[in-house]
Amino acid sequence: MSILDFLRARKKAPTASIAKERLQIIVAHERGQRDEPDYLPALQKELVEVIRKYVNIDHEQVQVALENQGSCSILELNITLPDR
Amino acid sequence: MSKIIVVTSGKGGVGKTTTSAAIGTGLALRGHKTVIVDFDVGLRNLDLIMGCERRVVYDFVNVINGDATLNQALIKDKRLENLYILAASQTRDKDALTVEGVEKIITELAEQFEYVICDSPAGIEKGAHLAMYLADAAIVVTNPEVSSVRDSDRMLGLLSSKSKRAEEGREPITEHLLLTRYSPERVARGEMLSVEDVEEILSIQMIGVIPESQAVLKASNQGVPVILDEESDAGQAYSDAVDRLLGKEVPHRFLEVQKKGFLQRMFGGKE
Repeated sequence: MSILDFLRARKKAPTASIAKERLQIIVAHERGQRDEPDYLPALQKELVEVIRKYVNIDHEQVQVALENQGSCSILELNITLPDR
Repeated sequence: MSKIIVVTSGKGGVGKTTTSAAIGTGLALRGHKTVIVDFDVGLRNLDLIMGCERRVVYDFVNVINGDATLNQALIKDKRLENLYILAASQTRDKDALTVEGVEKIITELAEQFEYVICDSPAGIEKGAHLAMYLADAAIVVTNPEVSSVRDSDRMLGLLSSKSKRAEEGREPITEHLLLTRYSPERVARGEMLSVEDVEEILSIQMIGVIPESQAVLKASNQGVPVILDEESDAGQAYSDAVDRLLGKEVPHRFLEVQKKGFLQRMFGGKE
């Protein structure tokens, strides 16, 4: 290893902090998915199909989320319609 | 009142069996009547780590099928009075373990023993589910490495939802995290996730941190649980973990870089 390589290696961000950052993101993402019921993706797909009969939209333009507030759950549906 | 503890991880090769053997032996050393049960059907290994592989006559599946009684299948440890092992079966039949069969035998063990340690197989398949199903507490074994930490998080999710306690709406399984193969030197160099990093990512406290140690391989070579090597760092770290499991407050050791002495630096010497 040349002296230049040695100096360059020193400057690099420690790999552990990269690992930590990546893990925090993926773990948060997977925890979010864990709590939602299995039927949500299927529900979203069918909703898109129904809406498509009338308005041309993408899969991403429909957001389905389930929120738990105490004893009641709220199914939130957010559909972005294209500009007219 | 007996306690059923599952040792699990999701990822393979992180030290579940080493931990089951060490924790079980540690509990027996402190005078608690303990049995360690191998749930890894088809890939039995606890017997080797405990050094009783040549004394296995009947196994877990034999007892479930009624081919042997529980007392015939239990192997008494030669070193400790209070310690027993129930070996896994080497059958290739994946469905050898059933919920009813496992429940019947674990309940029977819980009547005889103070602690029932369930050594879970890797993965999230049936064997792993059955090992955690009846547990009161869980030890999730993790390496300070990305895939192991992610799998542990998945396991923690399963522990809170897929147990008998969760089904019956009782108090959830008590979760503990055990970090193994920890290298303070590499943490200091920024090459390895630290204890605090892992605690923060998984939002759970450590019950033990086992340093990367040559003693672990030496112990498994000889079929002696590493906790019996009282001179070793890994043995002492496991011993502390057992004390914490029993509710004692013990500070973590071996988290700092060990300074090498002058002679060690001159002549090398083992790590």
